[in-house]
Amino acid sequence: MTGTIDAQAVMDVLATVPDPEIPAVSIVDLGIVRGVDAARGAVRITPTYTGCPATLAIEQAIRHTLAAHGMGHLSVETVLSPPWTTDWISAEGHEKLRAYGIAPPSGPASLPAGCPRCGSMRTVEVSRFGSTPCKALWRCQDCLEPFDRFKCH
Amino acid sequence: MSDQAYFDYLLRLGDDSLVLGQRLGEWCGHAPTLEIDLSLANVALDLIGQATYLLGHAGTVEGAGRDADRLAFHRDALDFRNCLLVEQPNGDFAQTMARQFLFSTYQRLLFQELAGSTDADLAAIAAKAVKEVAYHADLAAGWVVRLGDGTPESHRRMAGGMEWMARFVDELFVMDALETGLHARGLAVDRAGLRPAFDATVAATLAEATLPPLPAHRPVTGGRKGHHTEHLGHLLAPMQHLQRTYPNAVW
Repeated sequence: MTGTIDAQAVMDVLATVPDPEIPAVSIVDLGIVRGVDAARGAVRITPTYTGCPATLAIEQAIRHTLAAHGMGHLSVETVLSPPWTTDWISAEGHEKLRAYGIAPPSGPASLPAGCPRCGSMRTVEVSRFGSTPCKALWRCQDCLEPFDRFKCH
Repeated sequence: MSDQAYFDYLLRLGDDSLVLGQRLGEWCGHAPTLEIDLSLANVALDLIGQATYLLGHAGTVEGAGRDADRLAFHRDALDFRNCLLVEQPNGDFAQTMARQFLFSTYQRLLFQELAGSTDADLAAIAAKAVKEVAYHADLAAGWVVRLGDGTPESHRRMAGGMEWMARFVDELFVMDALETGLHARGLAVDRAGLRPAFDATVAATLAEATLPPLPAHRPVTGGRKGHHTEHLGHLLAPMQHLQRTYPNAVW
């Protein structure tokens, strides 16, 4: 291939790849894309949890999307260090999670999360382990609805 | 360059995670409540994720073209290097949680130290995994207390679970010649050095759970040399069946 890689253009394309488990947010919003190494022609990604079953699906979705945008020559590399943390979820990602009905990560699990439906802080943890490794199951004591909470990690 | 001793060490780490992950998977669809079912499946997934990275790294160190799947599905029980604790049957829910508490408490301390390994790849895996293991340890400790300090029946069962699993604890902290050599190279952890912190955490949790201290047993060891209990073969048979019957099948 000739020409230099426009890292921002690659990031813009990656921002259209939804997370397979939480399609309301993109893999860029979640901080799964660690960056584009323009010199080496590589997209660097990091898994959220070591056993996250979506990891393979994410890599395949990235390859498919890059290819569809004429960027199929880029390689996809998985890096573990430093480990992913919920601090890497963007502010936009927080808002998208909340709108989708998932309480975004906020402080230690011992503190209540705001209910993403009614905003009440009278919430309790039902289970530390939820429908995916990254979420815990909570319940609102005012609107009585259960909801997922993104675990601070 | 192949480094047989280090390859063996990575097998020990990876096989612990793989075998316990597979064991916990047996609970899927059978746990007492939906929330516990999800919890156990999540812990199992984390452990199998660890195993994928650790065994993948072992294959790279070995340099013989074996990847994580090859190592997981095409070795016999004699070639597994996991500790005996993780291969023990699930028993009832209390026995499963006793095993999980002992193992995760140990693994949390181990990975904290391994995050400082001179092998950057192993250090990265450990630093990543230790955050997840903290959840496992907290979940299990919570159930040890809840069942131990629960009804007479739940207390009896949790005490029974600890009584059975206690005999496999010493093996977690044995330093043999292989690991002593790797520790001197900065690659491996001094397991024996983890014991005081482990004992303190276990003692505090058992006290909170109104359970007796871990009973003194003659230690049962041998897993690191491939001398396993009869249970491992029964675990590997269904796990490896498909790859043994149709080698290298993919989908």
